[in-house]
Amino acid sequence: MKSMWQRVGAMGAVWAASQSALANYAYNLQPPVSEVARDVYHLHNVIMLVCVGIFIVVFGLMFYSLIKHRKSVGHKAAHFHENTTVEIIWTIIPFIILVGTAYPAAKIVIDMKNTSNPDMTVKITGYQWKWGYDYLNEDVQFYSTLATPREQINNTAPKDANYLLEVDEPMVVPVGKRVRVLITGNDVIHSWWVPAFGVKQDAIPGFIRDSWFTADTIGTYRGQCAELCGKDHGFMPIVVKVVSEADYKAWVAQKKGTARAMAADNSKTFDVKELVERGEKVYQANCAACHQANGMGLPGAFPAMNGSKVATGPIADHINIVVHGGRPGTAMTGFADRLSDVEIAAVVTYERNAWDNKMGDAAQPADIAAARGGAAVAAAPAAQ
Amino acid sequence: MSDAAHAHDAHGHHAQPTGIMRWLTTTNHKDIGSLYLWFSFFMLFVAGSMALLIRSELFEPGMQLMRPDVFNELTTMHGLLMIFTVIMPAFTGFANWQVPLMIGAPDMAFPRMNNWSFWLLPVAAIMLLGSFWLPGGAVAGGWTMYPPLFIQGGVSYDLTILSVHIMGLSSIMGSINIITTILNMRAPGLALMKMPMFVWTWLITAYLLIATMPVLAGAVTMLLTDRNFGTHFFNAAGGGDPVMFQHIFWFFGPPEVYILILPAFGIISQIIPTFSRKPLFGYASMVYATASIAILSFTVWAHHMFAVGMPVAAQLFFMFSTMLIAVPTGVKVFNWVATMWKGSMTFETPMLFAIAFVCLFTIGGFSGLVLALAPVDIQLQDTYYVVAHFHYVLVSGALFSIFAGIYYWLPKWTGHMYNEALGKTHFWLSVIGMNTIFFPMHFLGLAGMPRRIPDYALQFTGFNQIATVGAFIFGFSQLLFLVLVLKTIKSGAKATDQLWEGAEGLEWTVPSPAPYHTFETAPVVK
Repeated sequence: MKSMWQRVGAMGAVWAASQSALANYAYNLQPPVSEVARDVYHLHNVIMLVCVGIFIVVFGLMFYSLIKHRKSVGHKAAHFHENTTVEIIWTIIPFIILVGTAYPAAKIVIDMKNTSNPDMTVKITGYQWKWGYDYLNEDVQFYSTLATPREQINNTAPKDANYLLEVDEPMVVPVGKRVRVLITGNDVIHSWWVPAFGVKQDAIPGFIRDSWFTADTIGTYRGQCAELCGKDHGFMPIVVKVVSEADYKAWVAQKKGTARAMAADNSKTFDVKELVERGEKVYQANCAACHQANGMGLPGAFPAMNGSKVATGPIADHINIVVHGGRPGTAMTGFADRLSDVEIAAVVTYERNAWDNKMGDAAQPADIAAARGGAAVAAAPAAQ
Repeated sequence: MSDAAHAHDAHGHHAQPTGIMRWLTTTNHKDIGSLYLWFSFFMLFVAGSMALLIRSELFEPGMQLMRPDVFNELTTMHGLLMIFTVIMPAFTGFANWQVPLMIGAPDMAFPRMNNWSFWLLPVAAIMLLGSFWLPGGAVAGGWTMYPPLFIQGGVSYDLTILSVHIMGLSSIMGSINIITTILNMRAPGLALMKMPMFVWTWLITAYLLIATMPVLAGAVTMLLTDRNFGTHFFNAAGGGDPVMFQHIFWFFGPPEVYILILPAFGIISQIIPTFSRKPLFGYASMVYATASIAILSFTVWAHHMFAVGMPVAAQLFFMFSTMLIAVPTGVKVFNWVATMWKGSMTFETPMLFAIAFVCLFTIGGFSGLVLALAPVDIQLQDTYYVVAHFHYVLVSGALFSIFAGIYYWLPKWTGHMYNEALGKTHFWLSVIGMNTIFFPMHFLGLAGMPRRIPDYALQFTGFNQIATVGAFIFGFSQLLFLVLVLKTIKSGAKATDQLWEGAEGLEWTVPSPAPYHTFETAPVVK
């Protein structure tokens, strides 16, 4: 018997040790780094104090009554059952408290919704399951995808400190500048949320909503999609790097250089091997979430690529689906706006030559450019 | 032979079918009440097991037990089943058993419709549960069914829509029955303002159901036609608006919340006076508060949508109207405390659950007040804070009131006392379990953990593990409740007719167990 209890105790100790290693018990909102977030932080503290105060008074009285007014101590029941004065008082006092908290809350709402006079504007688009950033005044565009490797999610590798909160391309903004964000969705509703800035705005397909923040401390801030958007809702984090003005300028210049190189690639031709190599990366970032890294899809939900009619059929139809999207109503949207000609050419070539697919043919950037002008969804054969 | 049987029937006593046919054809309010309650109890274990699977997956970071899409199926089904097949049928079961007994009526006004409104429910539940085995899996778009995500799903999404239609039909028929019974079949002398609070709260709840169920039906019908018949109600590309669905859905939502909690207020308002041996404080203000809550609930819908990006005026309007609901809700809590004040209290299991209800429901009310503040809600919307909030309202609120009501009336229904020691054990395990699950979720939400995610960042680990431990304590202690109910039905001390020393009302004037037919001659209330 003793050994069993020792074992339980040992397990408890191991569990407690793993606690201190893993857990970080936070009891309040994340430290705010914008004025709005700071106001919200304080408003929350005030309303919490009010609630705790009322709770202590009301339930203090109740527990006093539970102890004193019980039959077992011989208390005899009184017979009153109404008192208009008391009832009026306990209707009016809560009302006054509410008005007192509604006033500062209303001021913050008005401030939150005032998106005028920004220093810069970034359009943010939610996709299943990544974020797209478009710096309107700078001609900088990119996508931001979860960078946590699958092995960590599947528990075959140790998890990094920023597990699930790291991306390949973070959003970068200069410190102290008023940033207006225009937020929309491409497929379903997502929600762009960075707790440290006090910004949460749903990304609604077909509509653009705006919000704003001024980050006042240099650093890296992390958030997550806050509206259920399907299978990988939990795997599309948001990372914003707040940098100095000079660092921001350098970052913009570097981004523009990459874009020029990409544009140059669009006019080249590649051999199958080059395209497959490049296509694998594009596939992992854009296609693997549904069609799976092994090309087998998820039966019943997402079709397999391996041996599929599309990937082993006429290449023009294959290109058409990737560019313009699959059957209406399915999750397969067109990638015309999201990937460059060379990226689409690469991923199509990869899908035709990966796994058991041995087509040996290649799509070239010029084919994609031609397909972009072609017929849209209606002409595409059924994707499944 | 058949003539003889027929002649016998014609003399007024119907031959009672036995076995399964008794339950399929019954029109007796007590039988139907029991059917509702057993159905709800069974579904509590089904939907509760889903919660345990969810909590098991969330015990540690990383994906352990299931794929993310299966996780979404479980959260969606857990929500739909708990609301539509556990809490709502349980309260309808109470209404069936208790409303005729409390107003001195022989049965419900429409006994055959009563049978029909119950037997629709298992059909709807089978449609929902069966969709787990369909291609593409069960519905995974969240119980709120937001388009365009909901438009993407497979055939199980259509089944869900039809199932919601059927459950709505059942609720509407049940409500018509309850309203008609209460308004037309009260015993002579039982004026409206003399009715027991449970009857009052159900009367108002039934009106809420009739007003909002068609709205929900409309919203899901639009989803159905968007999915299958090429309409674009919620598709911006066709001139529609996905946010319009949210406006319509949440017009149904807050009244639905009060559908789930007003009968709970009613049960608690029966129990606290009984065990305080003192009449309910502020009966009239209780009725008015219930009615105000019901009316205000139609003006607060967009407090679920502060993150959608509404104009300032709308944000402010919905923030103020939501805060206003705290006033009548506060009145109720104060009235309950004033009822206990200077009473002569004893603490049998129903009273324990009622006291826990008052405390813990108030915590849910306070977190509701925090969420009502639009700027704070921006930080907390769609986080675990919201999960904590509505579980404090629905578990320690609605579910605890159901437990309290079962302990309170079960001896009247079965004729046997329940085992008090077992009842108290069930109470303490439930209270401890419930708080261990949901209290840490406030902190998770504040720290920034979104809801409906199958995997989470490392800093959320500690509180998630605590919550999972609590979930297993809470879940398995409900087996104790099942044992207790079965034991009470089979054996246990003989229950007296009066049962509780301080209980008042017509249901205590009939024998325990209540005979199959009661109040065939109406009692007179003075």
